[in-house]
Amino acid sequence: MAGKIWILLQQRGGELHPMSKEAIAAGTRLADLVGGEAEALLLCAEPGSAAEEAAGYGVSAVRIVRSAKLADYTPGAFAGAVAAAASAAAPGWIVLPHSYQSVDYMARLAHLVDAALVPEVVGFRRDGDDVVWTRPVFTGKLQSEVRVRGDGPVVLSVQAGAFAAESGERSAPIDELEVDDAGIEPDREVLGVEEVAGEHVDLTQAPIIVAVGRGIGGAENMGEAEALARALGAEIGASRPVIDSGWLPRDRQIGSSGQTVAPKLYIAAGISGAIQHLVGMKGSRCIVAINKDASAPIFAVAQYGIVGDLHEVLPALTEAAQEAKA
Amino acid sequence: MKIGVCIKQVPDPEARLSVSADGRWIDEEEMAFGINEGDEYAVEEALAIAEQAGGEVVAVSLGPERAREALRKALAVGAGRAVHLADDAFQGGDCWATARALAEVARRESFDLILTGSQSADAGFGSTGTLLAALLGWPHAWLVVGLEVEEGGGSARVTREMEAGKNELLRVKLPAVIEVQAGINKPRYASLKGIMQAKRKELAELTPADLGLDPARVGAAGARLEILSVSVPKKGEGAQIFEGDAQTAARQLVEKLRTEARVL
Ligand SMILES: Cc1cc2nc3c(=O)[nH]c(=O)nc-3n(C[C@H](O)[C@H](O)[C@H](O)COP(=O)(O)OP(=O)(O)OC[C@H]3O[C@@H](n4cnc5c(N)ncnc54)[C@H](O)[C@@H]3O)c2cc1C
Ligand SMILES: Nc1ncnc2c1ncn2[C@@H]1O[C@H](COP(=O)(O)O)[C@@H](O)[C@H]1O
Repeated sequence: MAGKIWILLQQRGGELHPMSKEAIAAGTRLADLVGGEAEALLLCAEPGSAAEEAAGYGVSAVRIVRSAKLADYTPGAFAGAVAAAASAAAPGWIVLPHSYQSVDYMARLAHLVDAALVPEVVGFRRDGDDVVWTRPVFTGKLQSEVRVRGDGPVVLSVQAGAFAAESGERSAPIDELEVDDAGIEPDREVLGVEEVAGEHVDLTQAPIIVAVGRGIGGAENMGEAEALARALGAEIGASRPVIDSGWLPRDRQIGSSGQTVAPKLYIAAGISGAIQHLVGMKGSRCIVAINKDASAPIFAVAQYGIVGDLHEVLPALTEAAQEAKA
Repeated sequence: MKIGVCIKQVPDPEARLSVSADGRWIDEEEMAFGINEGDEYAVEEALAIAEQAGGEVVAVSLGPERAREALRKALAVGAGRAVHLADDAFQGGDCWATARALAEVARRESFDLILTGSQSADAGFGSTGTLLAALLGWPHAWLVVGLEVEEGGGSARVTREMEAGKNELLRVKLPAVIEVQAGINKPRYASLKGIMQAKRKELAELTPADLGLDPARVGAAGARLEILSVSVPKKGEGAQIFEGDAQTAARQLVEKLRTEARVL
């Protein structure tokens, strides 16, 4: 089942997006598993430092696909450029980071190269001639193992935190891959970038955060969390549904679309622990989970937990914290 | 403007999940289902655009018999009619198989705009809308948090979420598939009148044959992914859990935070 593996790099401000390094780790491991070669592809107008950075992470080559039409990210141009390059090289697996940019175009790419699509891979193993992929389902509460039917190419994305980036000893050669510019078609007009309005609470500096999720039940119950926050000298944070429902302002959101925090203490109440939330807080020194569901994924990253109704636990914790201080 | 909105019925976020007897999906017995969170926002967005620009909203869902409930709910909040791909042949597919079926509905309906959610709360491919766009030869945008159809209806201004609190501003030509993100608007509730009216609205059930689709190209047969198993993820070391009533557990926790973790 040997074949070529392409890892599609993503840049951020001329540098390698951190998730690209994890995609490389997954791609090189996949190469070992199936007996293939892992090459990194950089789509760009100007390579910046990303190509050289990527060359140090264990790939066998870094190939640059350069076109003025790739200056701004658009799904049509990016998927088109990879498809144009793939028509000659015929990679068997195309690996992307599961980032907001890559996921935006990977299905379009799968369509162009007529590939199976395996989003959000967190692991894989070999079973005879098959690769068996592990990916979360039900927002991470369960995971599934899937197999691709048929022989065609596979496009997959790699979830954050699943594969540890490892820099290699040697640096891979970097070259340019000529592709037919005609297949690169920007399909959107990029008008600009804006900061999300109202981003003024800086949660990254808070030593303690009390974060609430959908389990808080409504804005009317927010006082329970606020009382605990006052007792601990903490800031209030939240998962996305709390913000989307208008129970707290957007600048309290923690996670992949919000702020990334690493306080010494993070108390998550009524938060299930979806990956998009975890990426924003799992670097915290000590995580406490309060949830009525003992099987909630948040307990897997927590050091301490209380299984119970947060409407009882938060007031009890507030009291215990006040007693301890007195 | 004729707007299609794709909705999926998924387990309620509060539902306790258990793996089914065959080990390949969940046990749906006595489970509460609802419209996928992002799709509720898509319905609201479609209704708001139709109210402003004039036009019709058609809700489309691929799913078993129970998904009728989700379509009825979309009709109750204001969709004009609904299309249900309930046939057994449609079920059990991956994003490719589902997008293929949805694309056929879109072709027949000649939508000017299709709205979807960004990610389903069960399969979670995050890709069905984009594949649908690709199959139709339309542009798309994923994770949309702002949408405004421009004068004349030939294009839309789209705000798309980027990582870490930034948004990208785009202009996308219509027809397009716009994959909205939760929080883009404030979904309305169904009124009693709406619920009554929904009962009389058209809800068409279509088979693969009605769409001119080979049953082998949709559902489990047409999927490129086969689910081998579903399981509870390994927990690693797991948390130290404090038992007992809330007061006792809270005191034990605070004690540990002070003496063991030393974070208080
Ligand atoms: C592209 C994308 C970006 C996203 N970005 C973010 C992001 O930045 N941040 C983010 O947080 N999410 C984000 N999400 C959403 C994420 O996938 C989850 O849907 C979300 O994190 C779930 O929030 P939650 O845990 O509060 O709600 P749920 O998953 O509904 O969990 C609620 C929890 O509360 C518990 N509970 C209920 N009642 C009680 C009670 N009385 N006492 C105790 N426990 C109770 C339940 O057992 C459950 O575990 C994003 C999703 C996508 C697709
Ligand atoms: N079976 C389905 N019926 C209707 N719409 C669907 C279906 N599956 C996915 N979608 C749409 O595609 C979006 C993304 O789903 P997914 O690719 O599964 O994460 C959902 O939010 C829905 O809008």
